[in-house]
Amino acid sequence: MKKLTTIAALALLMVVAACGGGGTEERKTVKTPDVVAHEKAIKEEKAPPIDPMTSKGIGPVSEVVLGETIDQGMVEEGKALFDKNCAACHKTDKKYIGPAPKDILERRTPEWVMNMIINPTEMVQKDPLAKQVLAESNGAIMADQNITEDQARKILEYFRTL
Amino acid sequence: MNRITKIMAIIALAMTVPQGCSNNSNDGTAAKKGGAINKSSAAEKVYVAPGEYDEFYAFMSGGFSGQISVYGLPSGRLLKVVPVFSVDGEKGYGFNEETKPLLETTHGFIPWDDAHHPELSQTNGKPDGKYIFINGNNTPRVARIDLTTFETAEIIELPNAGGNHSSPFTTENSEYVVAGTRFSVPIPQTDMSIAEYKGKFKGSLSFISVDPEHGHMDIDFQVLMPGYDYDLAHGGKGKSHGWMFFTTYNTEESHTLKEVNASQNDKDYIAAINWKKAQEYIQQGKFKEMDSEYLINRYDENKHMAESIKKNKVRVLDPTECPGVVYFLPTPKSPHGVDVDPTGSYIIGNGKLNANLTVHSFDKMIQAIENESFAGEAYGIPVLNFEDVVAGTVESGGLGPLHTEFDGQGNAYTTFFISSEVVKWKLGTWEVLDRIPTYYSVGHLMIPGGDSKEPWGKYMVALNKITKDRYLPTGPELAHSAQLYDITGDKMELILDFPTIGEPHYAQAIAADLIVPNSKKIYSLEENTHPHATKSESETRVEKNGNEVHIYMTTIRSHFAPDNVEGIEVGDKVYFHVTNLEQDWDVPHGFSVMGAQTAELLIMPGQTETLLWEPKKPGVIPFYCTDFCSALHQEMQGYLRVSAKGQAPAVTATTGE
Repeated sequence: MKKLTTIAALALLMVVAACGGGGTEERKTVKTPDVVAHEKAIKEEKAPPIDPMTSKGIGPVSEVVLGETIDQGMVEEGKALFDKNCAACHKTDKKYIGPAPKDILERRTPEWVMNMIINPTEMVQKDPLAKQVLAESNGAIMADQNITEDQARKILEYFRTL
Repeated sequence: MNRITKIMAIIALAMTVPQGCSNNSNDGTAAKKGGAINKSSAAEKVYVAPGEYDEFYAFMSGGFSGQISVYGLPSGRLLKVVPVFSVDGEKGYGFNEETKPLLETTHGFIPWDDAHHPELSQTNGKPDGKYIFINGNNTPRVARIDLTTFETAEIIELPNAGGNHSSPFTTENSEYVVAGTRFSVPIPQTDMSIAEYKGKFKGSLSFISVDPEHGHMDIDFQVLMPGYDYDLAHGGKGKSHGWMFFTTYNTEESHTLKEVNASQNDKDYIAAINWKKAQEYIQQGKFKEMDSEYLINRYDENKHMAESIKKNKVRVLDPTECPGVVYFLPTPKSPHGVDVDPTGSYIIGNGKLNANLTVHSFDKMIQAIENESFAGEAYGIPVLNFEDVVAGTVESGGLGPLHTEFDGQGNAYTTFFISSEVVKWKLGTWEVLDRIPTYYSVGHLMIPGGDSKEPWGKYMVALNKITKDRYLPTGPELAHSAQLYDITGDKMELILDFPTIGEPHYAQAIAADLIVPNSKKIYSLEENTHPHATKSESETRVEKNGNEVHIYMTTIRSHFAPDNVEGIEVGDKVYFHVTNLEQDWDVPHGFSVMGAQTAELLIMPGQTETLLWEPKKPGVIPFYCTDFCSALHQEMQGYLRVSAKGQAPAVTATTGE
């Protein structure tokens, strides 16, 4: 009996192999970035932090050291960047499309603020605090303006003066 | 019992599987249409799973749609339609103020053309992924599409031309793309009797230079030719680099009922042009400068705006005064395609009224020229002896040969229009290796890189003229069909059939990795030099000067600024200059106004576009974003107050007040 099973299974295998279009060239396939990201996300464990004064958010910035005094040169550049890239949705002192950055460092860590600026798309999808802000803004997502880490640092310095 | 059931199940399964991959399904539809394919194997070959990219970009000409459509291969998925010669309301192309100049000619604004041959730019005889060129047949023009943006970057008009068909084939390093007249005309144009065609009408072959840095095109020179029809062309490569070959028909020079009258001669010619020699004559000043008006329309990517440059003169070479530039190779019978193999050794002329293919040898041609062994001359141009230049004949058994492409492994593939098939044959021995039907009436065919020095000889696409019963019927008008074949084995295998936009007249394809890394995601707002750009919401405003109103508007998810405008009157010309402040990939915003007699704007991140609106009635007119941009897209809207002439309040432009 066992032999028969093996024969039958072998027959099936041969048939399937004959049918598989063997012998043709392999096709190169490249996975789209969303698939790569999704596969990576499945592997990674998530432990969402909750305290807004300790959470650093999600993104490239893990540690920011704020100078004791405010760097005026950075502030000027940061203001120019803010006016160009952010002002369409953020007024400095009152809620507009999104929240006002005034006194932001009393509500968030500097790392969180920079990650929010640099990586808003992932933040509003995954970071619990960012998700909450999204809900408070009626679902108006924050636009990714392709801000570099260096630029975000300058914007942060500007926020310290508000 | 349990074990027996298991065995039975396996056997039953084993018996059903072969049916699943049998050649014909039992319902008979595939057999009836001749689509005898191994379905499961074919499906595996063309299946690009969700989350995977295609291996090749294929650029299909839209034919009479005037556009280029971009497909992925092997899936046949449509990726984009690039508007080129025809206006496109979807993208505002030819409707917004920035792209209107691209369609300007010396005949005025032309909103349509017939686009036949896409041709990728080349470096060292290989497609380099920088540009794709395409000809406008009807009002003779050549366009250049930038493959970092997949947008039309330039359109050049061709003077002294009628029916730009043999175009825009490239030289090895895109030193030139060429253009030849399918319809000879009086040159210079004049009012004369059509019956005086013979000897008085002329053809012209234009050599359009392509600036290596910016891609800018201009006409370097034209060769003035006898009044034949110049049908197709291809550049020499390798040893034949420096030459360009054009087919001719109607060497009879008939002007009426060409169906009959242009098919009288046993042989017409392939015109071989030594363009390096022509360059020498140009350097020596042996050209005539002819008064010829034409426009060059260039789109500036930073200004986001096209501009027309008017030219008044063109350099013309007369072959009778420039010996060594043009030779005629006799070729039977009304040759259509002229194709040069990857080594540059063979020039294949497909005499469309002939069953056989004629292959000329480049080496033999050079030898015959050196020996000055001429059969005679035509209008002062030396005609070589057919026997001196022919390398071989492919006795195909097919009917109506049109075009040939190559797989880089010593094989050639030729389409036969009348017998609806592709024939694979061997270069050098001229033996037929395989043949396969197409559905139906194939014109061009395309192998990725198949007219270059290094083809990717993996797939072949048949571009068919007739569709008939291939797809679910859609009334009298049917989308044209393309068929994808696997050519890696000894036998060609049909693996996919897909409809195309307009007419897939000719196509080119290139490995995706030559395009993907250079594909632009956004336009930098920083680099935007549009004269009416608004780079931040604080600069938004309305300027009114008499009846001309300029609204400087911005978009970002999900609002316009300003979104309330008052002070417009009936009779005003209102220009909306809309800048998209987004700097993230795939976040265009649309803009449309009720009653606009143009189209929408579709503004890419960092771009500025302008819509002209001329309100006809007083009232309050809404406008809105047409491209679904965010969860609050439906909220992205605004109002314009239009007053009767002389009744408008002061101009105001506000957001959130």
